[in-house]
Order: sequence, then C-alpha cells, then structure tokens
Amino acid sequence: MSSTVVHALYNDDDILMDAVKKTRAAHHHIEEVFTPFPVHGLDKAMGLAPTRLAICAFIYGAYGLGFATWLMWNIMINPSGGWPQDIGGKPSFSYLQNMPAFVPVMFEMTVFHAAHLMVITFYMRSKLWPFKKAENPDVRTTDDHFLMEVAVKNNVEELTSFLQNTGAVEVKVVEKH
Amino acid sequence: MYTFSSKLKTLSFVLMIIGVLGIGYGFFSAPKNIQDVETMLKAEESHHGSTHTEATAHHTEKKEAHAEAEHKEHTEHVFHQLQNKPWAALYVACIFFMLVSLGALVFYAIQQVAQAGWSPVLFRVMQGVSSYLLPGSIIFFVLLLLSGFHFNHLFIWMDKEVVAHDELIQGKSGYLNFPFWIIRAIVFLVIWNTYRILSRKNCLAQDESNDNTFYKKNFKLSALFLVLFIVSESIMSWDWILSVDPHWFSTLFGWYVFASFFVSGITTISMVTLYLKSKGYLENVNSSHIHDLSKFMFGISVFWTYLWFSQFMLIWYSNIPEEVTYFKTRIEQFNLPFFGMVFLNFVFPFLTLINTDFKRIAPIVVTAGIVILVGHYVDFYVMIMPSTVGTQASIGVSEISSVLFFLGLFIFVVFSTLSKVPLTPKRNPFMEESKHFHY
Repeated sequence: MSSTVVHALYNDDDILMDAVKKTRAAHHHIEEVFTPFPVHGLDKAMGLAPTRLAICAFIYGAYGLGFATWLMWNIMINPSGGWPQDIGGKPSFSYLQNMPAFVPVMFEMTVFHAAHLMVITFYMRSKLWPFKKAENPDVRTTDDHFLMEVAVKNNVEELTSFLQNTGAVEVKVVEKH
Repeated sequence: MYTFSSKLKTLSFVLMIIGVLGIGYGFFSAPKNIQDVETMLKAEESHHGSTHTEATAHHTEKKEAHAEAEHKEHTEHVFHQLQNKPWAALYVACIFFMLVSLGALVFYAIQQVAQAGWSPVLFRVMQGVSSYLLPGSIIFFVLLLLSGFHFNHLFIWMDKEVVAHDELIQGKSGYLNFPFWIIRAIVFLVIWNTYRILSRKNCLAQDESNDNTFYKKNFKLSALFLVLFIVSESIMSWDWILSVDPHWFSTLFGWYVFASFFVSGITTISMVTLYLKSKGYLENVNSSHIHDLSKFMFGISVFWTYLWFSQFMLIWYSNIPEEVTYFKTRIEQFNLPFFGMVFLNFVFPFLTLINTDFKRIAPIVVTAGIVILVGHYVDFYVMIMPSTVGTQASIGVSEISSVLFFLGLFIFVVFSTLSKVPLTPKRNPFMEESKHFHY
C-alpha cells in the first residue's frame, strides 16, 4: 500500500519551529521531523509524549541493587550454598553485619544495570542497531536542512501551498511505499 | 520590597522566649554537685529492683572496696556528663544554625564565581539567609570563650587535670591550646563575616551604579573568599567539632562537616524562597529555579552520604583500635540517631527528590527540606554528644529548646534582613537571563 506525503524542507530551526506550530494549528498530521541536531522545544511543539526512559532506568537500577545483594549474599554469607568463611576477621554471620564491605559492589551494580539496560532500551525503542538501513529521506537533513513530513489527507495542492507559506525552501510530494 | 509579617515576627519571638525558658530550665535542672548525682543514681538503682544486692553480698571485702572506688569514679563521670548536657545542647544548636548560614554564604559565593545564569534572582534570599552569620558567630564565639574559661567541660583538652595525665593530648598541645585555638576562631569568623558584609555592600552598590565595577569586585572577592573558606573550614571542623574527641582523628572530617552544612544551607535557601514565593514576593522566581535548588539538595545529600559512608567504611574495614572507638561508641550508644540520619539525609531525599516533577512541587520540596534539616541537626548531635554527654545524652528539654531559641533568632534575623532591601537585584549582568531562566 502506498501513501502520499509532503516533504517540506527548511534551512533554519526557528522557521521550522514556527512551521511546526502553524501546521499543528491547521490540523495537519506531522508524520516526522528530521533535523541535523536537537532543536530545543521541538518535541513540545510537536506535542510528543514525554519519554519514560528515566523510569526504566530507575527500575533497572533497583534490579541491579537486588541482583548485587542476592549475589553477595549467596557467595559470601548463605550458610547453605555459599562459603561463609572467616576472611581477615570480617563477620560473615549475616548480610547486615558485613554490609559495608558489599556496598561498593552494590553501588556499582546499580549504576551498571541502570546505565546499560537503559541504553539498550533506548536502542530497542528507537530501532537502532549496527546494520540498520538508514531512514533518511534527504541527505541534507544530516547537514544543514530540516525536513517536516506531513501526511496528505485529501487535497495535495492545498497542503503544498500551505507549507510553502510556512517559509519552506522546498516542498516535495512523495509517494511512500 | 518585602515586609516582615507580624505573624512571623511573633512566631520568632515566641520561639526565642520558649527557647530561653527551656535552656534556663536545662541549666537549672542539671545536677549542681556529686551528691545530687549520688541520690539520682540511688533512686535509679532502687527502681531497677533488688536483684543486685543478693549477688553483691557474696563479694569479699576487698572487692567491695574496689567497687566503691569504681562507683565513685562512675558517679563523677556521670556528674560531668550531666553537667555538660545543657551546654552541649546549646553548643550543637548554636554551631548548627551558624553553619547553615555559612553554607548559604558559600553557595552564594560559588554562584558568583561560577557566573551562574539562573541564580541572580535568588541572591537577596541567599544574602538574607547568610545574614544570620554575624549574630550567630557572636553567640558562638561567646560559647567558645565560656568553654575556654572553664564554665563547662565540652573540650577535655582544656582541662589541665586531664592533660597532665594524658600523654596523647600533651603531644597535641602545640595545636590544642586555648590561646591559639581562640585566635584561630577569631580569624575564621572575621574572614567569613567580612566577606558577607563586603559582598552585600558591593551587591547593593551595583544596583545604583552605571557600570559593572562592583560586580567585578564581588567576583574577585568571592573567589578569594572561597579559597580562604576551604582552608578555614577544614581547620574549623578540627577545632570546634573534632577536638571534642581529642584522641580521635580523621582526614576527611572537614569535607564531611562541609557537606553536612552546605546541603543544609542550600535547603534553607530553597525553603525561604518557597515561603517568600508563596507570599507573592518573588515574581521572577519560577518553578525552574525551585527545580535547580532541589537538584542541589538532592545532589549534595548524596555527596554527604558518600563522605559519611567513606569515613565509616574505611574505619570499620580496617578496624584499628585507636580509630574505631569513635564509631563503636556511636553504634552502641547512639544507634538510632547514627543510622537514622542516613535515612533522613539520604534515603528519604533520594527517593522524594529523584523525580523531575516532584522537584517542582512546593509541598514535596518543603517536606524533603524539613527532613534534611532535621537529619543534619542529628548529624551534628551525633558528632558532639557521644564525647561530651555520652550515655546521658537524650533529646529532651535542653536540646529542643536550644533548637527553638536559635530557630527563632534565625527567623528573626533572616527575615528582618530580607525586609531591608528590594528582593530582586537591579542590575546584575546575568539578571535578564536569570529572570527568564527555564529548564
């Protein structure tokens, strides 16, 4: 199934921001915006939902802390299954008694899990991997141009002239497959 | 322009009056002589029941004589502890509030030197909070003098009797002697107060000037202050806090004390800002400013915990007898405050202030702020009490009323300073940026 979209190219992020606001006000659906660098406030202007990555990271951190505790308890303390030996007089009778010695490990494991699992989550959610085919509609968008992709509802002519008026340097009608 | 509300003024006076009465009661009810303690201990013993008596009946006479000497020593020990109690309560509250205002002053100096673009709208609040430094340090200095003239036994190295029998303290007497100690105190208090007064003066002069001369002056002054501060702060923490334990030493102690009062100072700035904002006085302060302050509260709380743990864990791990006694007494006699403050100063602020949205919600920030301030009072309590009052320590009338007195004085001084000049500086080079600060 193929659909028609309009690509409007801009060469300034301020003009792009204005265009996004106007387009949203005119109730055209913005499919995607491609920019060479993060444009501050663009997500708010587009009305994108805030990210939940930080919440994920917190949960991963809690998991890492739990994992470290479980690991150290089973190795250093657990009387059935671990090796609770006297190493230099450290009290290995209970986890709490020897806890200060485990804190560096618990801290690092928390940070490790929070960081790495969050990054992997980010890759998965944004569909990034080493041999991924680039989805760039126009090579200039990685250099100095901004591209807004708008879905066509019914009237292509009207939409293109509307986008021309938002300060676009180029407006293209594209068939998407 | 802020007007000191009469309600708040009344509150501060009520706090001070209750505080003074409570402090007076604390001194009045402290035992005057050994006999008082003797009768008190007897009354306590009879409370505990007569189980001891049968067991002690079997002792030989020789042992009994020995026990008597021991008992006498014990009574004398308890007597000194009880006599110290109201003094130590006063000392902890006094140094805590003084250092809170010093923490705010340091934060202010850092903001100046870092040329922070967000904070100039809060400079007058910071100056207000740090204005308690002068009255606070005067009272504190008087307390130091009273200790030096043997009105109390907070610092055992000042007692000639003790030093005569203590080779460890004798070895340190080149540093720990009253004249040198009090001169250091004068130097530090003068440095801090001079910076505060000059910086405030420059800031007000900058309002009326046509160029940025006074701003630049303040920049240089703040940089100089920060250098002097970090040196004086380190020595101050040895002199006023570490030296109540003249047998113990720790290298990162100065940093630890700094983190404790720095986070309290930032928290106080945040809470005063929120109060003034809620009364409609700070029209340029938005939720992003609150957010930034909350981030600092969060971050420095974690920093405090890092130092607390590092100091504790290094000593716990190696367990060298001459170092470990410090934590042994704290864990055995002050278990709840010692570990409870880790909850108050770390776990609670960590879990409440980690959320971005929560950092902007006033009731949550105020709750976290109160918990942090209580936690750091407990921190100072645990630093001072075990070696001055020991097993007789408790949070009672003396402790609470000392806090109330200094809280009342703090509120009075801070808010009367705030009401003296407009709350927004007029022409700071970063003012426009600060007004439109958005995060």
